[in-house]
Amino acid sequence: MAQVTLRKVVKMYDEVQAVRGIDLDITDKEFIVLVGPSGCGKSTTLRMIAGLEEISGGDIAIGGDVVNDVPPKDRDIAMVFQNYALYPHMNVYENMSFGLKLKRTPKEEIDKRVKQAAQILDITELLDRKPKQLSGGQRQRVAMGRAIVRDPKVFLFDEPLSNLDAKLRVQMRTEIKKVHQKVRTTTVYVTHDQVEAMTLADRVVVMNAGLIEQVGSPNDLYHSPTTKFVAGFIGSPAMNFIPCQLEQAAGVLRVRLSDTLSFPVPADRTARYTPQVGKANLILGLRPEHITETRPHVEPNQHDFENPIDVVEPMGMETLVYFTIAGSEVCGRVNPNAGATAEKPMKLRADLSNMHLIDDSTGKVL
Amino acid sequence: MANATIASPTATTISGRRYGSMSRDRKWALRWSYFFLVLFAIFFLTPPIYMFITSLKTSAEISAESNPWWVYSPTLANYIELLTQNTYLTFFRNSAIVAVLTVIITMAISVIAAFALARMKFWGSATLATGVFLTYLIPETLLFIPLFKMFAWVNETFDIQLMNHWWTLIILYPTLTVPFCTWIMIGYFASIPKELDEAALIDGATWIQTLTKIFIPVALPGIIAATIFCFTVAWAQFLYPLAFTTSTTELVLPVGIVTTLIKGDVFNWGQIMTGALLGAAPPLIIYAFLMDYYIAGLTAGATKG
Repeated sequence: MAQVTLRKVVKMYDEVQAVRGIDLDITDKEFIVLVGPSGCGKSTTLRMIAGLEEISGGDIAIGGDVVNDVPPKDRDIAMVFQNYALYPHMNVYENMSFGLKLKRTPKEEIDKRVKQAAQILDITELLDRKPKQLSGGQRQRVAMGRAIVRDPKVFLFDEPLSNLDAKLRVQMRTEIKKVHQKVRTTTVYVTHDQVEAMTLADRVVVMNAGLIEQVGSPNDLYHSPTTKFVAGFIGSPAMNFIPCQLEQAAGVLRVRLSDTLSFPVPADRTARYTPQVGKANLILGLRPEHITETRPHVEPNQHDFENPIDVVEPMGMETLVYFTIAGSEVCGRVNPNAGATAEKPMKLRADLSNMHLIDDSTGKVL
Repeated sequence: MANATIASPTATTISGRRYGSMSRDRKWALRWSYFFLVLFAIFFLTPPIYMFITSLKTSAEISAESNPWWVYSPTLANYIELLTQNTYLTFFRNSAIVAVLTVIITMAISVIAAFALARMKFWGSATLATGVFLTYLIPETLLFIPLFKMFAWVNETFDIQLMNHWWTLIILYPTLTVPFCTWIMIGYFASIPKELDEAALIDGATWIQTLTKIFIPVALPGIIAATIFCFTVAWAQFLYPLAFTTSTTELVLPVGIVTTLIKGDVFNWGQIMTGALLGAAPPLIIYAFLMDYYIAGLTAGATKG
C-alpha cells in the first residue's frame, strides 16, 4: 500500500512562501497530476515528496509513515526529471541498473528487472547505447525505465514531456498512461500543460500561488470548477469571462451582458443566483463550445443573438470565432460550414445550461 | 508597365539583380584567420626551433660569427654529455617526483574540495569558493618571504629542517595549484546538471558515491584540464626552488640548469638549450596524449540537447 498524504505542508525560501500549507490525500495506485502556472509551487511540492527539498512545515507521509526527515533513497520513490538526468557515461543498461547495484541487488535479479522494464518500454535493443546516442523520446523512456526497475512505492514525474516536440509529447503521454496501467504504481505527475493533466490523471490537483485551488477528476474540474482560476485554467480555448449583472425583470432572472444583450438564467439556477441580483463584480463564465452557430432546433436555455465577428480561425473540424461583447473578447466554436466571416455580423447561439456565475471579488464560482 | 503579368508558378528564374556573396565573405574571414594563426605559430615556435638548432652546435660554433639559424657541423655532444651527467639526471628525477606527487596531492584535494563547494550548500560555502580564488591571485613573489619565516618557526618548534630539500617543494607547490584547480573544478562541477546528482541521490548513492561514480567520470575532461595545468605549474616553477633549495642534489630542472650550466659569467649555451629542450619534453608528451580527452565533451547527452 502506497498512499501519499500531505498535511499542512509549507515550503519557505527565506521570506518567500513557495507552498503555503497544502493538504492532499493520494490513494494507492492513483495517478495524480499537479498542474498550475509556473511558480505555483507544484514542482516544489513534488520535490518535497521526493525529499529533494526540506519541508518547512507540516507532514508528508508515504505508505502511512511520516517521511519528513527520511533521505530520498530511503523513501522508496523513483523520479523522472524534465531533462531526463541520465548518467552520460553509462549505457542504458547501466543507467537503469545503477540504483539496484547500489542496493547490492543480486546480479540475476538486476538483469531480470532491467530486461523486464526494457520490454515494457520497448527499449530492449537500446540497452548498449549511451544516452547521447538516443533521441529525446528514447531518453525519456530510459529515464522511465530507470524508475520502473526500482519497483518503488511512488513514481514522481517532474514535467517529463516538456522537452519533447509536440508530436512526440502526445505519443509519450499515451505511453506513460499505458505504463501506469501495466505497473499500477502510485504516481504523482507535475505539468504546466492542462491537456496533459486532463488526459493522464485519475485526479487533477490545480495549484495556484502555493495553494491548492481544486482537486477532482478531469471531468469534475472541467464541468464544475469552484474558482475562477480553475475555470480559466482548464480547457482550451479558455472559458470566456464576460462581466455581467443579474436583474429581476417581470419575474424572470436575467443575466445582462451589455445594454442590448441579456439572457434569461436557466430555471434550475434561479434560486441559487437570486441573492446576487444587483451585485457588482459578477462574471459570466461560458465555455467556447457553448457558443455556436444557430441551428433550426432550439433546446431549452439556448438563446440566439447577433454579433459582428472580429477574427475567424478555421481549425478543420471546427472554426473558432472571436467577437466582442461590451469590451470583452469572446470565443465561440462554430461549424466550419456555418459561414463565419471576419468583420461581418453572424447569428450565434449561447447555451446557458452550462453557464457559471463568478464573483470576481472573491474569485469563487457561485 | 500597368499590365505587367504576374509570374506564373511555372517560371523557373527570378529576374533581379544578384548581389552579396556568402562564400566571398567566408573566404576573407578564413584568410584573416590563417594570417593570424601563421603569425602566432611563427611567434611561438621560433624560440624552441632556435633552441633545437643551438643544441646541435658545439660551443665553438655558437660563439662563431656564422649564421645562427644554420648548423654547419651538427653534433649530439650536448645531449650525450647532459644525459650521462649525474647532476642533470638528478634534476630530472627530482622534477619528475615533485611534479607527479604535486599533481596527485593537488587533484585529491581540489576535486573533493570543489565537489563540496559546488554541490553541498553549507553555511559560508559561497564565500569559501571566492576565498579559494582570491588565494590564487596572491603571487608567489609575495609569499616566499613569509614562507621563510614559517620554515624557520617550524625548525625552531619541531626541529624539522624544511630548507634545502626537494621534497619541501611537494608541500609548497600545492599552495599554488590547489586554489586554481579547485576553481576550475568548481566551474566544471557547477556545469553538471543538478538533476544528475538528484537522480543519484534518489537511486541511493551517498555523497562519496555520487562523486566517484557520477561526478568524476562526467567531469573527466575538466579533471584532465586541471591535471595538465597542475603538472605544468609544478614542472616549470622557478621561484620557490630557487629560494628554498641550494644543494645540487636537491635541485629541480629549471633551477638546476641555470645554476649548474652557468658558471660565473661563462654561459654553456649548447647545454643550456639542450637541457631546456629535454626538460620541455615531458609536458609536451602529456599534452599530446591527453589532448583528445581534453577536447572530448563527455557531458554530451547528459540532458537534453
